[in-house]
Amino acid sequence: MIAVLNYRAGNLTSVKRALDHENIPSAITDDAESLAQARGIIFPGVGAAGSAMHNLRNSGLDKILKELLARGKPMLGICLGCQIILDKSMENHASTLSILPGSCERFQDELQDEHGDPINIPHMGWNNVNLVKQCELFQDVPREAEFYFVHSYFPVPHKDLVIGDTHYGREFCSVFGRPGLWAMQFHPEKSGRPGLKILNNFYKYCMNA
Amino acid sequence: MLSKRVIPCLDVRDGKLTKGIKFKGNVEIGDPVETARHYYEHGADEIVFYDITASAEARGIMLQVVEKVAETIFIPFSVGGGIASLEDMRAALLAGAEKVSVNSAAVKKPEIISQGAEAFGSQCIVVGMDVLRVEKSPQCPSGYEIVIHGGRRRMGMDALWWAKEVQKLGAGEICLNSIDADGTRDGYELKLTRLIAQNVRIPVIASGGAGNPEHMVQAVTQGRASAALIASIVHYGEYTIQEVKDYMHQAGVKVRRTW
Repeated sequence: MIAVLNYRAGNLTSVKRALDHENIPSAITDDAESLAQARGIIFPGVGAAGSAMHNLRNSGLDKILKELLARGKPMLGICLGCQIILDKSMENHASTLSILPGSCERFQDELQDEHGDPINIPHMGWNNVNLVKQCELFQDVPREAEFYFVHSYFPVPHKDLVIGDTHYGREFCSVFGRPGLWAMQFHPEKSGRPGLKILNNFYKYCMNA
Repeated sequence: MLSKRVIPCLDVRDGKLTKGIKFKGNVEIGDPVETARHYYEHGADEIVFYDITASAEARGIMLQVVEKVAETIFIPFSVGGGIASLEDMRAALLAGAEKVSVNSAAVKKPEIISQGAEAFGSQCIVVGMDVLRVEKSPQCPSGYEIVIHGGRRRMGMDALWWAKEVQKLGAGEICLNSIDADGTRDGYELKLTRLIAQNVRIPVIASGGAGNPEHMVQAVTQGRASAALIASIVHYGEYTIQEVKDYMHQAGVKVRRTW
């Protein structure tokens, strides 16, 4: 079973629906026992860093999560769930989980698009991921596949952790982590077949971990 | 680089498409869920459902449609038409829509935009604008006026002013429909599209007037739109989404071509 972490923020049901569609057993939960028993954890999220951290701390989920990860529980962070595992975020000046080293920054207003016009913020729509490192989650995902992004802040992890980057007015890191602990800025659950493939690859990893 | 989005729009009444859709190959479909699946599998980047249902009972039917669509397609989709309150927004988002679109309700009570953005995040809130070309006047200095109720009621409100206002209120996106171009198939209202797109920082979806893929290229190049809404050119089998995207790609527009 894959646990979809319930921290009372963001769109948990869309991840659950995608897992159901792929026949991946899953449960939306905030229960320490269930999280410990799960083969892997998905940390989803849409929302703001400040209120998400508030919910995580109040429920004690921050500590539970860190303990499980320290014991090698596989995890996939998505969107806000990818940003919040770093040390801090410019959004609400929040200090975040510090599971991996790095921070989170906002797209600068002066960045330009292909016409020389200021970019739209948020970065919303389909974009490519250029893998700078091999990653088993992208196995059998076409290199030219695109993924659905919607965000105004982007992760800046320690450079050794960068797995893939994306261009939007500038290069930013869109996938990072290490084997068993991955984070992606885009939404695999909203990225069509290539996104579903990533969720399947994560499940496969969890079952073999 | 960010791709320009191609977004088919489906009109739904009482849980069914208002007109049966006939894809290339003459398969006729009246069911919105099957149609959504078809477009999802054939490369739509997003889908817009426009619910023209009048009665409250039929709203429940639309929510069932939304739930089924959410279990079937794994790209973003939005629901508009008849969204008039936070409760309407919450119901559509909980049923699985990625975004909700408000139009007349936002003109009548703009605070619904800020309340929606606060409760669910700006990225969920699309403001639909129906715009009519008019003589420039002190009231409408841009020469474009906001109309509501499908274009039947002029509001004496400047479209450019309103676009900036909805951005300020927290809208995440604008769906910009030209009443003059709508249904003509002569192309999008490019001057209007560019005027709005260059004066807000949120994405603008061009709507109304698409007759061929060249029009879509124009909307996202000269018009500076982030996305182009289409209906009849794909609904009745004239073009597939693949053909539309191949054309745009050959014209030098970045579009998503792997799905």
